[in-house]
Amino acid sequence: MHSIPGRRLIMGLFLIFLLLPIYWLVNMSFKTNAEIVSTMTLWPHTPTLQHYKRIFTDESWYSGYINSLEYVVLNTIISISVALPAAYAFSRYRFLGDKHLFFWLLSNRMAPAAVYALPFFNLYSAIGLFDTPWAVALAHCIFNVPLAVWILEGFVSGVPREIDETAFLDGYSFPRFFIKILVPLIASGIGVAAFFCFMFSWVELLLARTLTSVSAKPIAAIMTRTVSASGMDWGLLAAAGVLTIIPGALVIWFVRNYIASGFALGRV
Amino acid sequence: MDKTVNQKAWFLVLPVFLVVAFSAVLPLMTVVNYSMQDTFGNNQFFWNGVGWFKELLDPSTDLGGRFLASLGRNLFFSLVILAIEVPLGIVVALSMPRQGWTVAACLVILALPLLIPWNVVGTIWQIFGRPDIGLLGYVLNAAGIDYNYVSNDIDAWVTVIVMDVWHWTSLVALLCYAGLKSIPEAYYQAAQIDGASRWAVFKAIQLPKMNRVLLIAVLLRFMDSFMIYTEPFVVTGGGPGNSTTFVSIELVKIALGQFDLGKAAALSLVYNLIILIVCWIFYTVMTNAGAERKVQAESEPAVEPKPSVVLKPVAALKPKEGVA
Repeated sequence: MHSIPGRRLIMGLFLIFLLLPIYWLVNMSFKTNAEIVSTMTLWPHTPTLQHYKRIFTDESWYSGYINSLEYVVLNTIISISVALPAAYAFSRYRFLGDKHLFFWLLSNRMAPAAVYALPFFNLYSAIGLFDTPWAVALAHCIFNVPLAVWILEGFVSGVPREIDETAFLDGYSFPRFFIKILVPLIASGIGVAAFFCFMFSWVELLLARTLTSVSAKPIAAIMTRTVSASGMDWGLLAAAGVLTIIPGALVIWFVRNYIASGFALGRV
Repeated sequence: MDKTVNQKAWFLVLPVFLVVAFSAVLPLMTVVNYSMQDTFGNNQFFWNGVGWFKELLDPSTDLGGRFLASLGRNLFFSLVILAIEVPLGIVVALSMPRQGWTVAACLVILALPLLIPWNVVGTIWQIFGRPDIGLLGYVLNAAGIDYNYVSNDIDAWVTVIVMDVWHWTSLVALLCYAGLKSIPEAYYQAAQIDGASRWAVFKAIQLPKMNRVLLIAVLLRFMDSFMIYTEPFVVTGGGPGNSTTFVSIELVKIALGQFDLGKAAALSLVYNLIILIVCWIFYTVMTNAGAERKVQAESEPAVEPKPSVVLKPVAALKPKEGVA
């Protein structure tokens, strides 16, 4: 009654459709370049780890991952720490302009990155943050802070108001209540919000590439540079791609039930 | 809706306000400023009033022509991917296994493309689609179909669309699945007793229950596909020619390629305005649905009875039905 006839077949085909391109990327990353260019093989006949070895030993490659991680972690910390009190305020109180503010936040989450690329470039050059992880971390706040506020607001609203009142009656000060009681109660919500901040900052390319040139260049930008160079190193590119999928693939099991809700800003 | 009025809450919101204002209002002001001026390099600016906006909306000029063409391409792209992803997402959601470890396995695989960096999505399809080294391109060409996304407009379009379907159908499916899961078992049992057909169950129970999530899915997909940049940029670079140049790609070309600040700024503002309107619809849908849900929960507190209570009588009914 719930599902449709032939559902196993449909699901199976769809999953194959999803996995095949990823398999091809992984397959490529273990092949030698000679094998990639000369023959069409469904699995690596002479498997090699040379591409991975190159990435882990060549500084111009592995520094890209470190740079990316640096601004992603910075951004996640900033986003969550400013969003927490705001989420509490939106969930518990009414104040002047609250609805407008909430909408304004959402509109920033949805703003096209291309619109901000040039002004960000000017802004961060002017204040001397260009080509540092801080520039990208702050720039990514434009979509991650609103996201964190929206997601956390949903979780805070799930905490009964009686808990606040009891805590205040027991003589808790506001900061102490916030850290000792509220934060542990919505720990899973903070985890989900942090995951999505991490993810959206990790997958973004345009702003990260525009705001860096040499010393803070993210892995995504390093990869596009390799693509445009003549005589492409396909195996290396594939290996770099596989490595960028890993952070997502590692935590996917723990967030599998929250994926839809996170993309819908905690509203599903 | 028993929130207390407390203006001090502004202190809690202040950090968010400052951070977002710094990275949104400040840059937007420079955009507004640029959009009214022309520059000939050397940081010399000249007042141009609404000149750029006039040019932007006039298809006979270079700027207007490029903007309107990319806008048209982008709208067409959004419509096509919505027309594919929404029905496909519903079908996939309906095909989800009901219980056991397969549910978790399917969820994990479905979520996988959503968590891949956008440029790597481009790379994956670039490698997968190339006629010389890619499985897809190789197989298609071996089957006698002349496929090459680098040189053929239609092939480039097909590649970009299939790539987007691959990347985002899972989101529609996961949202629909969340909607389907919230349907109480009793609804299906009632339908079974009424002898409803499979199609009637879908139309009368599942579709209305998925209404809200579907609306969210459509709006999210519309906005994201309307802003698409990275994936087509990596795969086709906007080509061949200009055939897959969407609004964001055109904007970045003008802004960071030619450093035509005035034109880029005017384009940015119009672009942003379109997004803002769609965003407002999205917000209204979200908040209305939230209020509706609360009212419903308050008026019928027992709307979701414990499944075991309902299950027993129905289970007892079944054999009788068989006998009758």
